[in-house]
Amino acid sequence: MGFITATADRLTIRNFTEAAGLFRTLGASGFRRFSTYRQATVAATITNTMFGFVRTYVMLAVAGSAVAVGGQAAGYDAAQLVTYVWAGQGLIGVVAMWGWTELADRIRSGDVVTDLLRPVHPVLGYLLPDLGRAAYALLTRFVVPIVVGALAFDMYLPQRAATYPMFAVSVLLAVLVCFAGRFLVNAAGYWLLDTRGVLMAWAVCAGVLGGLYFPIRFLPEWAATAVYLGTPFPSLLQIPLDVLVERDPPAGQLGLLGLQALWAGLLFTACVLVQRRAERRLVVQGG
Amino acid sequence: MAEGAAASTAAIYRRLVAAQVRSQASYRASFVLDLLSNVVFLGADLLTVLVVFHRVPVLAGFSLTDTLLVFGLSSLGFSLADLAVGNIDRMQRHVRTGLLDAVLIRPLGVLWQLLVLDVGVRRLGRVCSGVVVLAVAVRLAEVPVTPANLLLLVVTPLAGAVFFSAVFVATATVAFWWVDSGELSAALTYGGRDFTSYPMTVYGGWFRHLLAFGLGFGFVAYYPALILLDRPDPLGAPSWLGWCSPVLAAVAAALAALVWRTGVRHYRSTGS
Repeated sequence: MGFITATADRLTIRNFTEAAGLFRTLGASGFRRFSTYRQATVAATITNTMFGFVRTYVMLAVAGSAVAVGGQAAGYDAAQLVTYVWAGQGLIGVVAMWGWTELADRIRSGDVVTDLLRPVHPVLGYLLPDLGRAAYALLTRFVVPIVVGALAFDMYLPQRAATYPMFAVSVLLAVLVCFAGRFLVNAAGYWLLDTRGVLMAWAVCAGVLGGLYFPIRFLPEWAATAVYLGTPFPSLLQIPLDVLVERDPPAGQLGLLGLQALWAGLLFTACVLVQRRAERRLVVQGG
Repeated sequence: MAEGAAASTAAIYRRLVAAQVRSQASYRASFVLDLLSNVVFLGADLLTVLVVFHRVPVLAGFSLTDTLLVFGLSSLGFSLADLAVGNIDRMQRHVRTGLLDAVLIRPLGVLWQLLVLDVGVRRLGRVCSGVVVLAVAVRLAEVPVTPANLLLLVVTPLAGAVFFSAVFVATATVAFWWVDSGELSAALTYGGRDFTSYPMTVYGGWFRHLLAFGLGFGFVAYYPALILLDRPDPLGAPSWLGWCSPVLAAVAAALAALVWRTGVRHYRSTGS
């Protein structure tokens, strides 16, 4: 009798070509899948645009009042806040802040067992299509709010060439952190019968502490520091947006990227550990 | 005879609602968590207002207490609407899964059936916190206690509730034509709530005209709040506008009913 495990043998990847092939195939599948949801993409973009207008006007009023009392709103000027809001509305779709319940649904229905039979680690098996999805969102849901915002308002353009590649890296890290966070929240379904509460908590924290409702630096400094260092949420929107609007000098931007990378590493380690524990306790009821 | 039929229809709805409440309350932990998270969501919006005022003393000519009054009126109106008809945003799923076909062949009103299919008892949490926020705002803004003001404080959230309900129903109707309309309705429901949470002086140009007057969102909280605060509109609108919200709510409800009926008449099953 051999040793029986719950999972299939994992694919051994021998060289770079094989790894690239795996990335391409699974990534393309995510891209293709989401490019068929055309109505939903249009609808989501319209909604992001509406919120973009409301939040821009509120932020412009804040900037206006701050100038009237002779200062800046937490170090942002009006044009920076405009860019902050519209790029933020675009990034919601890229990182997919809310609404991903696929893993939790599959755990509840038992379909998750087929993920374990695939020759790819489940974390990677979900991550790669998600990167494809993010690439599609970058071409659609990110571009439209930026264009609308640029047409309707005076936007801040980065002054330093180095900001653009740093923003690109920051967005990639944001997608990774957000994916890992969503994966962990969904994986709570291995232990909880009803994951709605956990998912709701994620949605609130991502919105409030992620910098969507207001820039985290609007908070008193001690609170902002605690949120940056103590939670992964600023990595979702706040940090990419801070990098984009050059809120900090280059050294500060690099520091923020480092913080994001740290959170990405921590959360992915947690994902792998949680997945290992979950595979040990998963019991799929027959049916 | 007709009276007896009406009474029995009401009894059916009562039983449907009661069954829903029982089934939701039976998952006790989940139910409590749902109630709490709805309170937290309102807290998140409130926190946004407070954080903004942490940075600036005045926002577009309005102080924190004035803005809180606008916010309170808007969020109570919205949460009442959300409690009553908020679950209509599942319309797309009803169309896609074919549940609507089943609903259509039953001898009860289509809209009412959909509403009692999933009563959002958990949203009571949001209504309660809305009442508290409004009460605190009235106290902080030192609104004079007169019969007219008290009447306005009752009428405005109710009219706001009817108005937001109309927006919920009208935007959900999109699903009849456009099955995969995703979060489109959120643009006007949640977007409308965010819009009405701040004084209209915050917004500028065509955007303000379109939403405040074109779609009527200005009447939900801002104009009534001006009467309660006893201050003229910095944008020059006459103060009696604050009493117009019930009229506007009635018009919105009539339009929503029209849109809904047109939608039901044009409904073609997805075949699934």
